[in-house]
Amino acid sequence: MTATPQDPGPTAQDPGPAPQDPGPAPQDPAAAPRPAPRPARWWTLLGGDRFAAAAAVVLGLVLTAALLGPVLLGDAAERQDLRASLRPPSLDHGVLGLLGTDVLGRSMLARLIDAAGTTLSVALPAVVCSLVIGSAIGMWAGYHGGLRESAAMRVADVILSFPSLLLAVVALYVFTPSVANLVLILAITRIPVYLRTARAEAAELRSRLFVDAARTFGAGSGATIYRHILPITLPTLLTVATVDFSFVMLTESSLSFLGIGIQPPDVSWGLMVAQGRQYLQTAWWIAVLPGVAIVITTVSATIIAAWARLATDPAQRWRLTAPRARRARANRGETPS
Amino acid sequence: MVTFLRKRVVSSAIPLLFVVFGVFCLARLTGDPVNLYLPLSATPEQRAEFAAANGLDQPVLVQLWDYLGQIARLDFGESLRTGQSAAEMVFAAFPATLQLAAVTMLIAVAGAVLIGCAAAYRPNSPADRVCSFLSMTAASIPDFWFAIMGVLVFGVTLGWLPTSGVTGGAEVWVLPIATLLIRPFGVLVQVVRGAMVAALTAPYTRVARSKGASEKRVVFGHALRNAAMPALTVAGDLAIGLVNGAVVVETIFGWPGIGKLMIDSVLQRDFAVLQAAVLLTAVTIFTLNILIDACYALLDARVRQAAPA
Repeated sequence: MTATPQDPGPTAQDPGPAPQDPGPAPQDPAAAPRPAPRPARWWTLLGGDRFAAAAAVVLGLVLTAALLGPVLLGDAAERQDLRASLRPPSLDHGVLGLLGTDVLGRSMLARLIDAAGTTLSVALPAVVCSLVIGSAIGMWAGYHGGLRESAAMRVADVILSFPSLLLAVVALYVFTPSVANLVLILAITRIPVYLRTARAEAAELRSRLFVDAARTFGAGSGATIYRHILPITLPTLLTVATVDFSFVMLTESSLSFLGIGIQPPDVSWGLMVAQGRQYLQTAWWIAVLPGVAIVITTVSATIIAAWARLATDPAQRWRLTAPRARRARANRGETPS
Repeated sequence: MVTFLRKRVVSSAIPLLFVVFGVFCLARLTGDPVNLYLPLSATPEQRAEFAAANGLDQPVLVQLWDYLGQIARLDFGESLRTGQSAAEMVFAAFPATLQLAAVTMLIAVAGAVLIGCAAAYRPNSPADRVCSFLSMTAASIPDFWFAIMGVLVFGVTLGWLPTSGVTGGAEVWVLPIATLLIRPFGVLVQVVRGAMVAALTAPYTRVARSKGASEKRVVFGHALRNAAMPALTVAGDLAIGLVNGAVVVETIFGWPGIGKLMIDSVLQRDFAVLQAAVLLTAVTIFTLNILIDACYALLDARVRQAAPA
């Protein structure tokens, strides 16, 4: 991503014989003197898009809340107080009463934070599992081609040709709906997405010169895939993973809402909406707030994905680094006249 | 064209077979069907009798053959809840879902083409940015939450629309369709817009303009025809994904369709109905895939000629 700044053309993707870690992590600024012009850091690129910056802040907040929430709030999410039942959101009852209470007098804020942890503990492992397994199989299939490629693609087609919720409904009929089973099912249904992307990229890269060169120098297929194909496909795959994160989160929420996902006493945003449904006429905040949380998180992930698509594409990256005026000029130039 | 379609039918049938065998394995491997159908209090004699009556004491291969025969005769057994034939229940529920899905897809495609073209005509204009942001939000809203908000605002607070049910005029359709529509619509607008932006800057558009074609003809005749391919791919995926939405929408609005039937049978562990519903959905998706492929072939001569295996 941040490597090879000299040539801004499409060939800038070529990582050369020693590719650097292409992940979004910032690299040590003290390592090796940089040639001018300095490559744009990821936070500079993030600053170039105000929407993306806001989305990143939101996602960071959700993540922090999910990680630190249990430590800071203790058992506030389970503490019942029937005298405080169905209190509307107000400033009168301290931080915990800020977003109101549910029918058992439990703090909505504490429950939302608790649910954020559950939701992320399903969505993140599911996305990571499908990303790792799907891209490994996909690159392997695309690099080797032939029978291995068709076999992998057929399996992917079979999984993809059925709606994920249908598969999940059937699978959860058989297995008990627990966090581990949810992760497993969501991961399996999303593997084909990465498999297809990785295969397409690997099949195209297979015939590039630097892959030929690696092969000529005697690199094995595993090493070639890991050192030469993975660094180039990774940005695309990460972008797909960001989009998919929204999708997995929505599927988990839908399943929990339908009663076949997260089960009480655990709490997830989808489950909270389902629980709040019967109080819709008297206490709107119980159903509305968890939904708002889902929308904000998924929209943020989608915006970040759109940004990542620009930031990882050398031909498009100038849109984030160029001064605002120049961008506006370029945008006007694009319009058909 | 016929060769092309025949090849596609064969390759699309593979997933269908997977489902048929998958359902069989599900019924056999996840526990003895005897335990599934009979109550816990059944005596060993009753169990043996049930097993013999349903061929469950036969070898697995014989059972598989019987099972395939039953499917061919559309005999999926009886519902545990109502005692009705599962096939009858599923076929009674199917038209409700189909109507809902067809109306939704029609509105989504027509609306997305219009709005997507309008947004792509002046890329990065304020209207385009608003449209992009709204469609992105629409694609990220959880449908069940959107449905509940609709009920809260239009059903409870304003009292304009019924909160659930199917009896009544056009107003019972509004909330279910709006809920089902929001995600496919948001995604399709984005896809049409993206494809149209690319098509409107392509050389053939410039040629069309320079030969003096009207703007209407340039946009809808030249650019849209070329932008239709990616939109069609996504629309097909979304139509299949409508099953997801249908499950949620039908559960919330009490719509007597196949999605509600499926969730009810999962929650009440009614295997015969679940099996019939899953198989019927699989056949519908199979048919839909063939239709989409046929559309591809109609749109693009290259697909017709180079029919992939």
